[in-house]
Amino acid sequence: MTAIATSEPDDSVAVSSTEFLAVVAARELAGKGRVFAGVGLPTLAVDLAKRTVNPFLELVYESGVIGAHPEGMAEGIADSVLVSGADAVVSMQALFGYVLQGGNVDVGFLGAAQVDRHGSLNTSLIGDWRRPTVRLPGSGGAADIMPNAGECIVVLRRHDTGALPAELDFCTSPSPVRARAADPRSIPPGHGVATVITPLGVLRRPDKFGELELAQVHPGVSVEQVRENTGWDLALARELTETPRPTREDVRLLREEIDTVRLYLR
Amino acid sequence: MKPVKTRGLADAIAEYVEDGMTVALEGFGHLIPFAAGHEIIRQGRRDLTLCRMTPDLIADQMIAAGTVRKLVASFFASGSAGSLHEVRRRIEQHDPEPLEVEEYSHYGMFCRYQAAASGLPFFPLRSYAGSDLPELNPQIRVVEDPYGGAPVHVVPALAPDVTVVHAQRADRYGNVQLWGIVGAQQEVVYAGRRAIVTVEEIVDEEVVRSDPNRTLIPAHAVDAVVHCPGGAHPSYVQGCYDRDNAFYRDWTPISREPARLQAWLAEWVHGVPDRAAYLAKLGDHWPAAVAVGERLSRPVDYGRRLP
Repeated sequence: MTAIATSEPDDSVAVSSTEFLAVVAARELAGKGRVFAGVGLPTLAVDLAKRTVNPFLELVYESGVIGAHPEGMAEGIADSVLVSGADAVVSMQALFGYVLQGGNVDVGFLGAAQVDRHGSLNTSLIGDWRRPTVRLPGSGGAADIMPNAGECIVVLRRHDTGALPAELDFCTSPSPVRARAADPRSIPPGHGVATVITPLGVLRRPDKFGELELAQVHPGVSVEQVRENTGWDLALARELTETPRPTREDVRLLREEIDTVRLYLR
Repeated sequence: MKPVKTRGLADAIAEYVEDGMTVALEGFGHLIPFAAGHEIIRQGRRDLTLCRMTPDLIADQMIAAGTVRKLVASFFASGSAGSLHEVRRRIEQHDPEPLEVEEYSHYGMFCRYQAAASGLPFFPLRSYAGSDLPELNPQIRVVEDPYGGAPVHVVPALAPDVTVVHAQRADRYGNVQLWGIVGAQQEVVYAGRRAIVTVEEIVDEEVVRSDPNRTLIPAHAVDAVVHCPGGAHPSYVQGCYDRDNAFYRDWTPISREPARLQAWLAEWVHGVPDRAAYLAKLGDHWPAAVAVGERLSRPVDYGRRLP
């Protein structure tokens, strides 16, 4: 594990790694229409995005909830607060078949234990397939979201060669590169992973069949530090910038309005 | 005369669930049939193939109780609460013995039920191209599009011997109404050879017929309907009681230690005769800690033909 980049907002209030990641992720949702959100960091990010950069963001959950307007913070994607007052609650065939596979989700928001250079994800296992050292949660909806969402954003809580290896231990959710390699006729409609947000920086993949590139480093993090902690020879984007710090208002919203019980904020 | 299908839970489980069967207990984070799962444990069933999209705590409990030989699922953690340690021990350390696992994505698992419910041999979906999942699970296969498009992955029909689901209410004939997150319940009931439905409330037929769109599971698909208030605790029932998040968080340390987990099963499953006793044992916690406020829907008007 590498040191986690922390930053300070304008008025010098210390920001935790989780808060920093949530703010960076929320800003990625500016201008997006419909987001398929998981639980945990994505919960914080989508809520913050709705209160700041994108009030009209439509939240879709794999439990079938569309256009959630929760009165409290959701503990899980099937929380009752997501249902009460939602625009719609639909069947799983409608959600996974018509909404997702039918091409109506702009952004999928995913987590992963491992991400490779093309944005393929491992959420299944570490080690031997038949007897893994760590059994991870598995696909859930991720393998369905990856090919079908317009693009995917991945948030990682660590940035090291274990989380960003040269080779995945297992590929749960494949990039378009892997899908094309498996069968050139099976190119998915979605872009795959477009953005990976880590504690050190932001990696972007502008080309559907290209590699992730380092596009942003967080304040206090060097390019070398990011490259040393990545399992392949990480390319640099043509324009490499420093991530803007969270504002005082971002932090206030997260702490005082979104996650008042500190369920996800650490 | 329409057959009345109300039964006691122990009776229904004893009649329909046999050792070695494939049994689906569905409910996607909501309406999880915990009471039925506990009754299956109490009756000492063995070698079940348990099907659940999101295994949740009920799978951890049934597996720890020695009820399950094989798990068919699409997620192997407990929503917000983290790891299912019994599941992990069995897979990672084969402790006390290996657990056979068949793994899908959510939509893949759902399509298996949908195929069986529709009387089809398999169902196509546009997931898995380039994934390692088909290599890990050879039940996920590829077929050519007979109309000339790209090849597509398919999953086989999954027809459980018995399906168990929980719902808000039903009439005594087994017309089942549920709302909130409806998961795979309608599909899995039609997929299964037999269906047991536990409900919070048995209502008059007129209540059901005042809102027929809400009857997602008609009586003809149901073999037994069981009045079982609190039957989904510690999961939740929309509009009745909320998820017991404290219990979900407590589960992680319990399941981490096999001895503690066995002690929990002895006290809370084998140590109580039925769900009513389990709820009584929760004491002041039930239902105060999980009570919800009212948020009524506005009634809809189905209209009636004027004379």
